[in-house]
Amino acid sequence: MPRDHYLNASYGIRSWLLTTDHKRIALLYLISVTFFFFIGGIFATMIRIHLLTPAGALVTPETYNKLFTMHGVAMIFFFLIPSIPAVLGNFLIPPMIGAKDLAFPKINLLSWYIYIIGGCFVLYSFSTGGLDTGWTFYTPLSSIYSNSAVTPAVLGIFINGFSSILTGLNFIVTIHTMRAPGMTWFRLPLFAWAHYATSLVMILGTPVVAITLLLAGLERMFHLGFFNPAMGGDPILFQHLFWFYSHPAVYIMILPSMGVVSEIIPTFARKPIFGYHFIAASSIAIAVIGFLVWAHHMFVTGESTYAALAFSFLSYLVAIPSAVKVFNWTASLYKGSISWDAPMLYALGFIGLFTIGGLTGLFLACLGLDIHIHDTYFVIAHFHYIMVGGAVMGYVGGLHYWWPKITGKLYPEALSRFAAIVLFIGFNLTFFPQFILGYLGMPRRYHSYPPEFQVLNVLSTAGASVLALGYLLPMAYLTWSMRYGKVAGPNPWPATGLEWKTDSPPPAENFHVTPVVDWEPYDYRNRPDLGLVAGASLTPAHGDD
Amino acid sequence: MHRTGELYGQFQTLEQQKESATLGMWIFLVTEVLFFGGMFLTYTINRHEYFTAFGVGSNTLDIKLGTINTAVLILSSLTMAMAVWSAQVGKKALVTGFLIATLALGSVFLGIKVVEYKQKFDHHLVPGRNFDVWYHSEHPLPSDDPKEIAAEREELEKATSSQNPKYDPDVNSHAQLYFSLYFAMTGLHALHMIVGAGLLIWLIKVSLSARFTPQYNNPVEIVGLYWHFVDIVWIYLFPLLYLIDRHR
Amino acid sequence: MAEHSEHSEHIVSPKVYIVIFLALIVGTTLTVWAAFRNFGPFNIVIALGIATTKATLVVLYFMHARYSPKRTQLVIVCAVFWLAIMLGLTLSDYQTRRPSMSRLVPPAALCRG
Repeated sequence: MPRDHYLNASYGIRSWLLTTDHKRIALLYLISVTFFFFIGGIFATMIRIHLLTPAGALVTPETYNKLFTMHGVAMIFFFLIPSIPAVLGNFLIPPMIGAKDLAFPKINLLSWYIYIIGGCFVLYSFSTGGLDTGWTFYTPLSSIYSNSAVTPAVLGIFINGFSSILTGLNFIVTIHTMRAPGMTWFRLPLFAWAHYATSLVMILGTPVVAITLLLAGLERMFHLGFFNPAMGGDPILFQHLFWFYSHPAVYIMILPSMGVVSEIIPTFARKPIFGYHFIAASSIAIAVIGFLVWAHHMFVTGESTYAALAFSFLSYLVAIPSAVKVFNWTASLYKGSISWDAPMLYALGFIGLFTIGGLTGLFLACLGLDIHIHDTYFVIAHFHYIMVGGAVMGYVGGLHYWWPKITGKLYPEALSRFAAIVLFIGFNLTFFPQFILGYLGMPRRYHSYPPEFQVLNVLSTAGASVLALGYLLPMAYLTWSMRYGKVAGPNPWPATGLEWKTDSPPPAENFHVTPVVDWEPYDYRNRPDLGLVAGASLTPAHGDD
Repeated sequence: MHRTGELYGQFQTLEQQKESATLGMWIFLVTEVLFFGGMFLTYTINRHEYFTAFGVGSNTLDIKLGTINTAVLILSSLTMAMAVWSAQVGKKALVTGFLIATLALGSVFLGIKVVEYKQKFDHHLVPGRNFDVWYHSEHPLPSDDPKEIAAEREELEKATSSQNPKYDPDVNSHAQLYFSLYFAMTGLHALHMIVGAGLLIWLIKVSLSARFTPQYNNPVEIVGLYWHFVDIVWIYLFPLLYLIDRHR
Repeated sequence: MAEHSEHSEHIVSPKVYIVIFLALIVGTTLTVWAAFRNFGPFNIVIALGIATTKATLVVLYFMHARYSPKRTQLVIVCAVFWLAIMLGLTLSDYQTRRPSMSRLVPPAALCRG
């Protein structure tokens, strides 16, 4: 371990709560998003237990409505959206581009406090009456009819939105102005490209959902009529405004994960990534096209058929840049010298699950078919394949990959591979049956179901238990490794990114001297400075060697 | 991050710091455009659907006050721009002077806004239980011009008479939509003005210690960007809220 | 850093500011004048046209966009573009609904069916 690093640069609770070091702020985020992941996870567990029997095994119908709503709100707004950007992105973007910090360190800290304040509002709502509108807050249910604590929840998400906006703003400015000498745009790691695209969505989409939820909140508090048909308003307008953000928000969740996978694949295939420029451009393309498709969530509302046709067509277009990525990752594996380390297992799992999730998305973009499977478990399965199979796999994989950089310690490799496999199996067992359930017609958000669906529901619940184990294992051994893990050294895999050129954990200002970049990205065959030359065989350092 | 003079530790040069701060402010303004954009969209759809009621609502606004306010805000943009220029050419006393002028004009704007809000409150035009678009014409104050009251009444009757091809049977609730948007939009704009005023007070404090020089004046410049943006929002709000269907 | 714009600061002279200010005042007067004339469907077009001209002047001169690096100009274009996406695609729904929303029909009448 290096003698001086960001973790021992100063001590005491104040040095953490008032820090402006992006690495420490990333760890603050790590703790807080993990907390919300647990909250959301508890609700998910209760949902799955409830659905063990056709009549519902655990809670009243009203409580069930609250469970799935609070699961969605906690997971989407307070875990998935900040997870990779605010934790891994925050930690890694400055060292990846050779900067001492983000462009606005104080704003970075502010964004964490805003997140916490927003989180407090939402927790207040959860604990004083709960929330039963669905995470989508559709009006007029949310503005008039719901008796649950909608107002604090809406305000909490409104506040939290600014955290997301400030993070995105910080990343964009940092990537534009803080790059080290020689770090040109096309030498940026694909992780940084993915975060640039994510930040675009954050700054362009989030303000719209903020104003929408503000209007819905005002409507609820002061009985206004923006979205209330009885007073001349239009509830479908709420859905337009809501999905203008909330569809692109899916790309806030998945794009950073794609960035993680683009880093892991070449490292453990020992090959330059295939189609660097295409992967970089497809990130931007996903961010842009992602803004043109939102009304495919509204095919069965009263929206115009003509508009629906256009949105259906545009939705298919998103498949193109997504497929470009999948093909390029696959091609990067071709003739690589692959080592099956834990991060690689997560990355490969990501590719498979994301492909299933993406292709089933095409089913839903199809106007005719969507009428059959709209609001069924097919939709649930589809977006969990993207958000859990995709985004969370990428997040956990990224945590493993950069854990030695963050903590300076290695985790036990055999156990971590086992956990990755458990996670993969548990995930599929949980969500694959839901595709079948949905196709057979089981609607989402119902607290009971016909008896013929029980077998598949029990399978899904069984899978959820395995999945839970898959999450608890890494949490246990990663925590364990912080104290007992083997020392990692600066570059255990080894990998070519600039973040691996500094100590693990990095010093407070990331580099002892400002680095100068004179190599191309992912050049795994020609980096003698890292011991990476064509034909050389290398084994990554492991915690249990 | 430690700080050397005006240079924060994460940056290498003042130039880089300035570039980052300016870009950051522009990107923030992009989010503001979309933030207000959601309300402009709501406005557009409702105005299209309930044009008659929106016309009724718009005609109750005081066009004199609205026009004066527009001019005041444009003038404040000019003084803000002059403050930036003074800093760039190093006239330190002028920086403070122009910033104070901008703050004063901003306060005038907000003061006039308060007068307008008060009027709407007195006329029962604040959305809610007591909203009544007929109230003012039925309960005029002694100080009101009887001709105006008669015109207002006539207009409301025309809007609800079935002889009118564009009549609106529920003008009260649709006018309430107009006023919900009026208060939401101008309220959010006023909130931005208040934030801007706070930033100006901070700038004035800093400029009093003569810290802004031709080399270091970025705070003035980026607060200026923000102030001009708030001006632009008003440039759209004025015709959209005050000038609907004025020509009858 | 990697792309330091070589661009040195451009100082706009007070004369330009005053000309722009006068143009904005003229625009304001014009828009009020036009609002009291009946141009049929073009009233809103004129009002928005004048407002957009005024906004453009503010962006170009008061906000120095004309003298800013290309990157800043791109940021402005993005803002307008995304606003257009939001307005345009949403309005495309409202303009093509058949039958139109019939929002003037009170809900009670719908229930009688």
